[in-house]
Amino acid sequence: MKTHKAKRVEITIEAIMQSRLTDALIGAGVTGFTVLPVLGGTGRSGTWVRAGEIGRASGMVQVICIIRPERLDSLLKAAFAVVEKHIGVVSIVDCEVLRAERF
Amino acid sequence: MDQILSLAANNLLSPIILSFALGVAAALARSDLSVPEAAAKALSIYLLFAIGFKGGVSVSAHGIDAKLGFSLIAGIFLSAALPIIAFALLNVMTGLSRLDAAAVAAHYGSISIVTFVAATSVLESSGIASEGYMVAVAAAMEAPAILSALWLISRGGDGRRMDRDLWREILLNGSIVLLVGSFFIGWATGEDGLAEISSFIVAPFKGVLCLFLLDMGLVAGRGLRGGGGVLRPGVLAFGLVMPVIGSGFGLIAGLLLGLSTGGVALMMVLSASASYIAVPAAMRVALPEANPSIYLTLSLGVTFPFNLTLGIPLYIAVASALTGA
Repeated sequence: MKTHKAKRVEITIEAIMQSRLTDALIGAGVTGFTVLPVLGGTGRSGTWVRAGEIGRASGMVQVICIIRPERLDSLLKAAFAVVEKHIGVVSIVDCEVLRAERF
Repeated sequence: MDQILSLAANNLLSPIILSFALGVAAALARSDLSVPEAAAKALSIYLLFAIGFKGGVSVSAHGIDAKLGFSLIAGIFLSAALPIIAFALLNVMTGLSRLDAAAVAAHYGSISIVTFVAATSVLESSGIASEGYMVAVAAAMEAPAILSALWLISRGGDGRRMDRDLWREILLNGSIVLLVGSFFIGWATGEDGLAEISSFIVAPFKGVLCLFLLDMGLVAGRGLRGGGGVLRPGVLAFGLVMPVIGSGFGLIAGLLLGLSTGGVALMMVLSASASYIAVPAAMRVALPEANPSIYLTLSLGVTFPFNLTLGIPLYIAVASALTGA
């Protein structure tokens, strides 16, 4: 089966910033993304678990976006403007998709 | 003094406080005890609805007077002024950076609605009446502290902007909408409305509060376990001193307003408590460089337990003594 090269961008970010990030992604022309809950983790800002959250201040979510390689730069510029000062991780991995026209 | 000790002893041995202590102990002992996230959310919705509704019913029964308006103004003023005092105190007592100090200060101008709920429960148990509209004062005190913190930062030449989304998140956060909304429902439906749902929002209230505080104890214990390292002696001392100072300002405001004993005690509780829901979220957006483990551990792990165990009986005793109750 024919596959097409794509980039999978995974942005783990503070829950409070989720709508700002997804708005920026949409503004940058991204047509689809998936938001996943994050159960917990440890990093430079300490350890946290989702079960222990009483507000949205320290919870995290992960936004996953798969795009064509040529659109990566504009996506990262839009995302970076939002996540620059915030707790989180941005990673990019190569992947392959079946239906290129959807990305 | 005897009255304070007696109230403190009764408070410490109440199911509410012991449930909180159980949660803290379980978390510190690394027990796997936990309240499911959705259940904790449901408990908090129940408590906010019940406290707002009962406050509205009380206002409908006793009517509105000028004190309500002045109390709201006093609450807004206290919320805006207390961060400035807290900021000055933090500069003297701790070596926190300007950003961290401003973020912490914002928490101490805003309020903890759970401390407020616990205090109203203790007042009811003690047979001390309070003004129902104190619920509205609590809601009004949530946001001004955030503006004060941003002003404190802008004075250092580091201007921060409040965007429209942040305004919406602060003013329309779920807790405030539910509290104010249920207050108006209680006000509109009055005693008749309360009679219809009292078996749901009056009788089970304390049991639900116990479970919620068990969860809060778990959260506070986990916070202390994970974030205890950031609490240097000066920072820790601030978390214990600031609520007492804040309560003093609340006391003055309550007495000047001519509130009842319960009303003065609640004004003290509101001024003494520190936010751990609305303000931390706002600080993450407006001051992302500030260290969240400092302000969350301080407000939730130090000031909240202090107010819950020793603060509330102390404030009630002082309010009783000075209002002649």
